[in-house]
Amino acid sequence: MNATENIKKIIVEKPLKLDCGKTISNYPIAYETYGKLNEKRDNAILAFHALSGDQFVTGTNPITNKSGWWSYLVGPNKAVDTNKFFVICANVIGGCMGSYGPNNLDPKTNKKLGINFPVITINDMVNAQYNLLDFFKIDKLFSIMGGSMGGMQVLQFVANYPDKTKTAIPIACTASHSAQNIALNELGRQAIMADNNWEKGDYLNLNNSPDKGLSVARMAAHITYLSQKGLQEKFGRKLQERDDLKFGFDADFQIESYLRHQGSAFVDRFDANSYLYITRAMDYFDLIKQYKGNLSKAFKDSKVKFFIISFTSDWLYPTSENKEIVIALNAAGADVGFIEITSDKGHDSFLLDVPDFLKSIKNFLEANY
Amino acid sequence: MKKEFKIISELIENNTRVLDVGCGDGILMKYLKDNKNVDTRGLEISKNNVQICISKGLPVIEGNAERDLQQFPNLSFDYVILSQTLQAFYNPEKVIDDLLRVANKAIVTIPNFGYWKVRLHLLLKGTMPVNKHLPNEWYDTPNLHMCTIKDFVNFCKRKNINLFKSLALHEEKVSMINKKNLNLKNFFSELGIFLIEK
Repeated sequence: MNATENIKKIIVEKPLKLDCGKTISNYPIAYETYGKLNEKRDNAILAFHALSGDQFVTGTNPITNKSGWWSYLVGPNKAVDTNKFFVICANVIGGCMGSYGPNNLDPKTNKKLGINFPVITINDMVNAQYNLLDFFKIDKLFSIMGGSMGGMQVLQFVANYPDKTKTAIPIACTASHSAQNIALNELGRQAIMADNNWEKGDYLNLNNSPDKGLSVARMAAHITYLSQKGLQEKFGRKLQERDDLKFGFDADFQIESYLRHQGSAFVDRFDANSYLYITRAMDYFDLIKQYKGNLSKAFKDSKVKFFIISFTSDWLYPTSENKEIVIALNAAGADVGFIEITSDKGHDSFLLDVPDFLKSIKNFLEANY
Repeated sequence: MKKEFKIISELIENNTRVLDVGCGDGILMKYLKDNKNVDTRGLEISKNNVQICISKGLPVIEGNAERDLQQFPNLSFDYVILSQTLQAFYNPEKVIDDLLRVANKAIVTIPNFGYWKVRLHLLLKGTMPVNKHLPNEWYDTPNLHMCTIKDFVNFCKRKNINLFKSLALHEEKVSMINKKNLNLKNFFSELGIFLIEK
């Protein structure tokens, strides 16, 4: 049996006008759910995944056979308790886990779309996923949550649909992608496009794949998810299965071997063109500009209860950028809580076993449910 | 709930918006929310206390009053509360200015350094006073700018801040402070509670 048959999908007939100007319709949104929707239909949480995530939040991912990306947070008796809450997560459009993306077939040519796929934005992703509320007949979500790009989707969702969620938890994110983050994404894209096997984006139709480029992109990105202290403590200058330096370019150091492994494991589950499209969507994200320079207008008259979380060692989406969101919410008179969690695990903290983080979310959800 | 918080809550009208600066574990915020239908916000420097407030469903942000008060727009609250923390700021004057920018009215409480036991401690023992309201030793105290009730009254006068209500607290007993009894209250009270406005 093909594992992709386990992917649940809705086909959205309603046309969606994208920010780039194109309109799409009859496109698939792949999703997964955990827990049960209660009779009052008021216990639903929409989780948004980050750049390299997918709809398989917890349990075993049926495609990769690895644990879901938010297994520490979401599950029975966990901080986001699926005995109590109904958790929905969709693969973003532009992704490669069943939703409308560059690996879809173009019905006109019967070839994979590749870079004929339209450039999408965070706003487009959120508007596409909104259709899941209609599908599940949910009038109002109990909460929306996400870290990194997932957090950007949380902010965009509240701005677009202020009455459709009771609470919102943007984690380790920003309201406006910084020059540093655009630069780092560009590095990844250039690595992919510099690989000859990328074939100008047409590799899927030529049975090729830019594994080296995607792998380098992932290696570079992975460094940005960690912290200097975390790296030093975990790897230091430890050597990889050898007693001394080999005076060559093999992976002498454990950190090199670790990154190479991260890179090669990633190409098995991720599409290089999706990586281009999703990083582009992140770079284009600027909620401040969308509201003409005044972020608090995005949250004007919002009745949503916000809880913003950042991490001390996150230099990719630092506390200062998260605090800008808090400031805008306070300026709008919104109901907002904020905490900076102490952690050496860098940006990745939101995916890891960081007890203070898990406890914060649990407490916030329980106090407001 | 301690007497000081009871008195503060009595100074606050129902159905108002209140910012509690240094809200601690949120006891006063929760009381105001539950009993006076007050729309509260909190600012708190301790991560642990922020966690406790979040678990009570209170909207509290982690931050430092000297740095983070500026994010609140002018007159975005009816009241702002500052309980026994004025003395811990680098620049108390600026904090008071900011409080009265953010809200019409501010409720400020201060541990009174003019209390007779404090004076006697320094006079007789010759060491920095340590008591219920000043529990730390000189080397580990967060307090940088201790003042007396009289100092604060004079400060408000100098800055043209209207002392709407001045109360003295001593052993759970509250009394009004006025011009005539200022020296007496300054001698016999552990805590001063002031409702001020610009």
